[in-house]
Amino acid sequence: MKLQVRGAETFVTTGGRPFVPEQPTIVFVHGAGMNRIVWYLQTRYFAHHGHAVLAVDLPGHGRSQGTLLGSVQELADWIPALLDSAGVPKATLAGHSMGSLIALESAARHPDRVSKLALLGVTSKMPVHPDLLKAANADDPLAYDLMMAWGTGPVGHFGRHPMPGISLIPGGRNLLRMENSGVLGNDLGLCNDYQSGIESATKVSCPTLIVMASEDKMTPPKQGEKLAAAIPNAKTHLIQDCGHMMMLEKSDECLKTLKAHLNCFEN
Amino acid sequence: MDPKLYKFDTLSLHGGQRPDAETGARAVPIYQTTSYVFQDSDHAAALFNLEQAGHIYSRISNPTVAVLEERIAALEGGTGAVATASGQSALFATIMTLMGQGNHIVSSASLYGGSVNLFQHTLPRFGIETTFVNPRKPEEFRKAIRPETRLVYGEIIGNPGLEILDVPAVAKVAHEAGLPLLIDATFNTPYLCRALELGADLVSHSVTKWMGGHGVALGGVVVEGGCFDWEANGKFPTLTEPYAGYHGINFFEEFGPHAFSMRMRSEAMRDFGPAMSPQNAFYLLQGLETLPLRMERHISNTKKLLEFLQSSEEVAWVTHPDLPDHPDHQLASRILPKGAGSIIVFGVKAGSSGGGREAGAAFINSVQLASHLANVGDAKTLVIHPASTTHAQMDSKTMKQAGLTEDMIRISVGLEDANDIIDDFKQALRKAAKATGAAK
Repeated sequence: MKLQVRGAETFVTTGGRPFVPEQPTIVFVHGAGMNRIVWYLQTRYFAHHGHAVLAVDLPGHGRSQGTLLGSVQELADWIPALLDSAGVPKATLAGHSMGSLIALESAARHPDRVSKLALLGVTSKMPVHPDLLKAANADDPLAYDLMMAWGTGPVGHFGRHPMPGISLIPGGRNLLRMENSGVLGNDLGLCNDYQSGIESATKVSCPTLIVMASEDKMTPPKQGEKLAAAIPNAKTHLIQDCGHMMMLEKSDECLKTLKAHLNCFEN
Repeated sequence: MDPKLYKFDTLSLHGGQRPDAETGARAVPIYQTTSYVFQDSDHAAALFNLEQAGHIYSRISNPTVAVLEERIAALEGGTGAVATASGQSALFATIMTLMGQGNHIVSSASLYGGSVNLFQHTLPRFGIETTFVNPRKPEEFRKAIRPETRLVYGEIIGNPGLEILDVPAVAKVAHEAGLPLLIDATFNTPYLCRALELGADLVSHSVTKWMGGHGVALGGVVVEGGCFDWEANGKFPTLTEPYAGYHGINFFEEFGPHAFSMRMRSEAMRDFGPAMSPQNAFYLLQGLETLPLRMERHISNTKKLLEFLQSSEEVAWVTHPDLPDHPDHQLASRILPKGAGSIIVFGVKAGSSGGGREAGAAFINSVQLASHLANVGDAKTLVIHPASTTHAQMDSKTMKQAGLTEDMIRISVGLEDANDIIDDFKQALRKAAKATGAAK
């Protein structure tokens, strides 16, 4: 589905069902250099179980037009514009990695538009290794390999993807490679610059779930716990034997955890 | 900085598998089961509707087969793979996934005879036509493309003529026309060349051959590159339009770089049923574990045998892309730097009482170590006379197009001690020379 957000065509997947804005809505926000596809093992379930799903390609990512935005805060302010365009007053935000910072910041800045938060692979700050940043800014394919080397756990490095026949590392590498020049560098730069995680966390007033993975090298669970402690009444869930790309590596456990969170509270 | 990603040799052994969590089994377990128990009715519905990942029925997917698929995808650098009962069913299922009646394929003329039959005699009955072109002329691919063309196809190392396909050049032609390039990489394997890195969009194998490597199990596979934009020109509605057979799913929108493999599994495997058996997947995985070691030996033995054949007085001609006088030697050096495979073709010298065909037959009948059979890529050395066997259904024009001659012997060089192979060939060549009056 295509939406016009701030005058730019924005692509969203609705999980294989027509979008009905009157239903409880979940917005899925992807991480650095990625696009909506990273959520494909969660979106269809929710769309076929009474939810309106918006798995979005952020501006300048995937099949969305528009220019890249330069900070987590700008992207956080873009989310309400997306909801306006979809005719949705309030939604659950599920974010991964950079997407989790966007969701966190959006909940802090626009509490009237966010009903629940699910933050997967999150820390209050996301410093990026200088070599990765340098390679990403140069569009050097080394950046894709570093992202996959650090960003995937045992399922990426050895295999046994939950979807038969899918190979996680080449798949992730191709998602990164398919983005336009400068996308990954921009995204990693804004992750690196983001400093206000703890401050924003204290402003979150909606029910929040933080999902961490035991083998996550990019957003280690210890750091996720620190952020969770700053969010009033936040719940946490740790996925064992799993790396940063948890929606793909342990798709069923992610789905189960999200289902429990969404069903715990009224939307 | 070195990204800590497992290398090719390690992936050959470990890709797609970790020790079984329940039993600790180190080898890949053979899941000899047709079906899988659902957790509850919600789980069953979610699996059937592709809302959750998992196995339903072994015609569509199986845990043992999935290890093979994931391992080959990792070795090729693809986003995913679907294994089938044979290389031919992999090719057929790919075509059925991409196109229908009224569509058209542009293919290299230098192909396995079974593929030529499929394109020339079988697919036309279903309304799919193929134009064959010279693999050495990428411009011929361009000229043969029509508005209804949906696929460009070729083998990197032609069978049995050993023409080398300029994959980057043909990929450029295909992409400029908005078409995917499918490469059959059976003869090279990802050890010698990764076609996706050269611009191919899909790679298929007869896993029966070098990948499995022991001549004990049939299998095929298709690997998806994940970079092709199926939506760019509206030519691939099976991937970009709602599919009524799966609740209106749009595969490209929902699965992006996995769109092709998800559609092939969901439709071709479900509806046509060319499933690989888990037992075969196990045999093929055992072979795949030693692919790098075997390919090294295949290539080193090939070099030694080439030296012998070139120096033999009983040999009329010998062809291999690694030889400097091969027309595609430069191209082969560029895209197959580790070696251009372990197939050699040569002609036995004719004599006063027998032509090339008779000389070839006498050689074939005289080998003792090498096996005369219709296969390639076994651990053992194999020989065959294509004109009377694998390519016998071809008329003379098609034979010529495919680079075949009547005296041609095809060798699939095995892993035996190279000196033993050479000794066997020496005695067989001597007997052939005596039989045809070519002996001095």
